[in-house]
Amino acid sequence: MSITVSNISKSYKTVKALQDISFTVKEGELFGLIGPDGAGKTTLFRILTTLLIADEGTATVTGFEVVSEYKKIRNSVGYMPGKFSLYQDLTVEENLEFFATIFGTTIEENYGLIKDIYVQIAPFKDRRAGKLSGGMKQKLALCCALIHKPKVLFLDEPTTGVDPVSRKEFWEMLKRLQQKGITILVSTPYMDEAALCDRIALIQDGKILEIDTPNAIVKHYTKQIYNVRANNVYQLITSLNTYEHSHSVYPFGEYVHYTDKRADFNPEDLLLYLESKKLSDIEIEKTQTTIEDTFMELAK
Amino acid sequence: MKRFIGFIKKEYYHIFRDKRSLFILFGMPIAQIMLFGFAITNEINNVDIAILDHSKDADTKEIINKVSASKYFSINQIIEKESDIEAIFKKGKVKAVLNFEKDFSKNLIKERKATIQIITDATDPNTANTISNYVNAILAQYQKELNKDVTVAYQIIPRTRMVYNPELKSVYMFVPGVMTIILMLVSAMMTSISITREKELGTMEILLVSPLKPIQVIVGKVFPYIFLSIINAVVIVILSIFIFKMPVQGSLFLLALESILFIISALALGILISTISATQQTAMMISLMGLMLPVILLSGFIFPISSMPLPLQLISNIIPAKWFIIIIKGIMLKGVGFQFIWKETLILMGMTVFFIGLSVKKYKIRLE
Repeated sequence: MSITVSNISKSYKTVKALQDISFTVKEGELFGLIGPDGAGKTTLFRILTTLLIADEGTATVTGFEVVSEYKKIRNSVGYMPGKFSLYQDLTVEENLEFFATIFGTTIEENYGLIKDIYVQIAPFKDRRAGKLSGGMKQKLALCCALIHKPKVLFLDEPTTGVDPVSRKEFWEMLKRLQQKGITILVSTPYMDEAALCDRIALIQDGKILEIDTPNAIVKHYTKQIYNVRANNVYQLITSLNTYEHSHSVYPFGEYVHYTDKRADFNPEDLLLYLESKKLSDIEIEKTQTTIEDTFMELAK
Repeated sequence: MKRFIGFIKKEYYHIFRDKRSLFILFGMPIAQIMLFGFAITNEINNVDIAILDHSKDADTKEIINKVSASKYFSINQIIEKESDIEAIFKKGKVKAVLNFEKDFSKNLIKERKATIQIITDATDPNTANTISNYVNAILAQYQKELNKDVTVAYQIIPRTRMVYNPELKSVYMFVPGVMTIILMLVSAMMTSISITREKELGTMEILLVSPLKPIQVIVGKVFPYIFLSIINAVVIVILSIFIFKMPVQGSLFLLALESILFIISALALGILISTISATQQTAMMISLMGLMLPVILLSGFIFPISSMPLPLQLISNIIPAKWFIIIIKGIMLKGVGFQFIWKETLILMGMTVFFIGLSVKKYKIRLE
């Protein structure tokens, strides 16, 4: 096991950031922590990277205990905090060189590991890190976290504030890194990214809702989901919410995802109901369950 | 060692790429020393003085004429008796009284010497001192004229009396004082800001999750500032020697060693401040309010410690700057050797060890 977390709890003054969290991450696994802002993801990362001490419970990283053997962990993990944390007044190359030096290595020594990523930012190597775009910053931060060839990589919301193209590229890079045998623990508020992980833990309000592979998590969800659309989204949502048989209603892109309480639900009934609420251009169709649906269901 | 060098290299990039800190580092010392230097040693102009002439003869008249003819003094009042002196000082306008003895000319001719008393209001010791120096210069000039073609010299003996602060304790104080302030500012404030900047920008998080030991981070952060502070100290000494003609009586080597000791104690204070503040702003406020004000007000730089109320005198003992000012005043102005300042050095050393110990103990190996 690369990471084990058992019964971790952590509170700040009045807020319970983490409550009785347990999970394990296998060696070479790409494990995702999926949850909204404030779910406790960053706190968990900080406990695992030895920056915070949990109130209760224990955790190990690469076999070392996070409190008593913190020095050994600090030697063998790569950490990329959620906030961009490189030196903005240093150039791309200087940043990379600095992090290589403090980990007692050189850029050349582990260039193979970062090559794929570094070639993308190499044209800007003399630019100050503060002047890079969001995606570039994340690529540089990943390079810096990788330069000492860590056994475990902690990435706290690496794609927040990054454009969709760069996000996709970023996840492709993670997949390649995983093939090189690096265990990766990544957190994200984006549900679409969850499907790219080997296993995910859905987390909210400091509690883990479910841990499994993305496919299995979706399969746990048994209700049929309907995409509903009409001319007035706001009125559609309020109407659906007041519908006596409605089970769940929430906006999903241009549609509203709707589930019904009844097993023998007939979309025609709903259509009639919505028309009675003076909505027009109504569309109702079956759709595939996503991780977001599962999350919303579990988080209810 | 390679890690350490890499760290220092990074620190230099920070310092030399940040125009604001560069300005504080190198502009401030020069600006301050010029400001204090010229403000304090500035020539006096049209200072009001009063005359108490007990003889009213040719010589006293001549001296009074010379004094009033100079651009430095204007005669505000002629008084008639000794008891008026106190009253006139209390009014505050008159800064000095020239008191000619009885039979001034007669004495000068008969005994070849005569006495004049210069009484100055020393509530402002620097002005008082300058006034008495200027009057002395005028008297010396007059004496020289008298003695042009005589065999036995005439002597006019000035008796200077400072009222309200007789010991006059701040001659040339500004150079040691400014040097202390600058070293404190650069060392303590700049290090505390540069460490808290890492916290604020989140880079401290990455440094913590790295094999760097806390001591390596701290030493790496302060090392460049030791070097820069030494450069500053050298600049200040050079400026004061060449622009303000301040003599450095004692050993420059001893001065350098003592300065390094003080720099280290200020750096330790800076680290201590950085451990208790989360943002650069807090660090700066604590440095300014907690360090600069006591250094300026309680170290004896501007206000003589002996004229403070007892509680403040006691507090001044815990301010490292006080001891450093005593030390460098001794070396620069009096030219004393180590045997005269070992006690102060020992106190400063003790404080330094205490601050370093405390800041290493308070340095967090984790967040919060």
